[in-house]
Amino acid sequence: MSTRRKNFSEQSVLETVDLSVNLGGLCLKNPVTVASGTFGYGREYEPFVDISRLGAVIVKGTTLKPNSGNPAPRIYETASGMLNSIGLENPGIEDFLNIHLPYLLERGVSVIANIAGNTLEEYETLGAMIRKQSGVAAIELNISCPNVKKGGMHFGTDPDMVFQVVNAVKKATDLPVIPKLSPNVSDITIIAQAAQAGGANALSMINTLMGMAIDIEKRKPVLGNIFGGLSGPAIKPVALRMIYQVHREIDIPILGGGGIMSATDALEFIMAGSSAVSIGTGNFVQPGISVQVINELADYMIANNIPRISDLIGAAVRK
Amino acid sequence: MIVSQMQGMVIDNTQKKSGWYEMELSTPSFASDAQPGQFLHIKTGDGNYPLLRRPFSICDFDKDTGRLFLMYKLLGSGTEWLSNVMSGGYVDIIGPLGRGFTYPAPGARVILVGGGIGIAPLLYLARRLTERKCRLLMFYGAEERCQLSALNKFKRLGVGTDVATRDGSAGFTGLVTDLVQQKIASEKADVIYTCGPEIMMAKVAAIAAQYQIPGELSLEEYMACGVGACLGCARKLKTRDDNFIKICKDGPVFSFSQMEFDLN
Repeated sequence: MSTRRKNFSEQSVLETVDLSVNLGGLCLKNPVTVASGTFGYGREYEPFVDISRLGAVIVKGTTLKPNSGNPAPRIYETASGMLNSIGLENPGIEDFLNIHLPYLLERGVSVIANIAGNTLEEYETLGAMIRKQSGVAAIELNISCPNVKKGGMHFGTDPDMVFQVVNAVKKATDLPVIPKLSPNVSDITIIAQAAQAGGANALSMINTLMGMAIDIEKRKPVLGNIFGGLSGPAIKPVALRMIYQVHREIDIPILGGGGIMSATDALEFIMAGSSAVSIGTGNFVQPGISVQVINELADYMIANNIPRISDLIGAAVRK
Repeated sequence: MIVSQMQGMVIDNTQKKSGWYEMELSTPSFASDAQPGQFLHIKTGDGNYPLLRRPFSICDFDKDTGRLFLMYKLLGSGTEWLSNVMSGGYVDIIGPLGRGFTYPAPGARVILVGGGIGIAPLLYLARRLTERKCRLLMFYGAEERCQLSALNKFKRLGVGTDVATRDGSAGFTGLVTDLVQQKIASEKADVIYTCGPEIMMAKVAAIAAQYQIPGELSLEEYMACGVGACLGCARKLKTRDDNFIKICKDGPVFSFSQMEFDLN
């Protein structure tokens, strides 16, 4: 890390440019969030980043009851990416609200909860449990997890189901609702439109692409769950393409991500139509990457005389 | 113990007679706090491929010089990249991470059982236990004679060694676990520490159970974050367990009593 970069992390420099963005009613001090499932509940990354500097922390997907997740092995590295089949392991909504959320709120972190249900009713119940008074800033709706049999991606690949689940959670909570879309569909714009019609305040995209790897010695799939979700730089072009397509078709903002490893990557996502970005796999590689990207975005804006980052949203999109 | 990220300068990184690489790093003093059995998560590549960090056991640490030692085997693209880092180059390190070995009472009689490259974390453990006036005996299993060069560092610490080679080129011919089985009764050990192939550690744990000797072992798994966030390096220690432990955070060191192995 160069000393020059360190200079740009100084508060005075950040104050000269406006990094704030509006994500469907949720005001973020900067567009950089960390993706659900890649940042735990923030604790694990405290040695590396000042988590209060992040636009938001999207916490690990939370289910109604504790969930022990999928059999091992759960992860495997592939070319410029990784497969995971964690299977939504989490301690359940009670522990999230009572233990993990207070920890983040005490540190001044803007928290986006991520919820996953097995049924429409479970999504409703979870939505009703996470409202403004809980201190959570918004709800990301996991309707795209490729690693759970019931629910998960099943909710995110059928436009009618997407409409219903978004609508149900919207009615249950007073917070902005941000469904996370699955890329494992033939036309993502149809899903995006269904989510918008259901009342979504913003869209989060993309979740992982379903994939697999084979162990040729054992002649069997590497992952315990056979299939997993592919993430990392390998999926960036797919994510950008989908965000670009969706941005042209819908009116609500996009929280974009998929393989972001640098401020340049983040800018590509913003210019493709993302109002905010999420960093996922990059956290595993460089645990300080999120704050580094914030600093480098400011760096870019100063160098290019861009007063507001929001001026760049969708800059590359031909309507 | 403070976890941090730092650039370690490579002092030496060469392939030894054993066929394995030994890397000497000059790092800030972080490692002086490190417990034996803890690991470092190292970025083994400049760009996006290889992408993820790789975990490496702390093989040794010299308090006086601040030098950190790693020992590794060429396994894939990550270790290949690492093997090409020249002296004077830097590697990006996170650590120390995980839960290391727990120390026995000072003066305890300790048996170490290492297999192959699994010898790595046992060296730093041996150093710390020697400082605690423990009496150490190392059983080491190798494929062939050349790998025994790694044992010299143990000998320099005054650790007794007894070796087994698969090809019979040195010491006992066969598996180190058969050697341990033969010798253990006369050693009256208070504790056993082991690291190596899982099947070897399973047999060591079974022998230890026979003689009611407590012990600890170090597990391996693919890791992504290394800090307990991604929940990737999960496994059930016992088949009836409800929950998955995470090797990076709950381990990599576990006690024999926490484990259940399928020896068939």
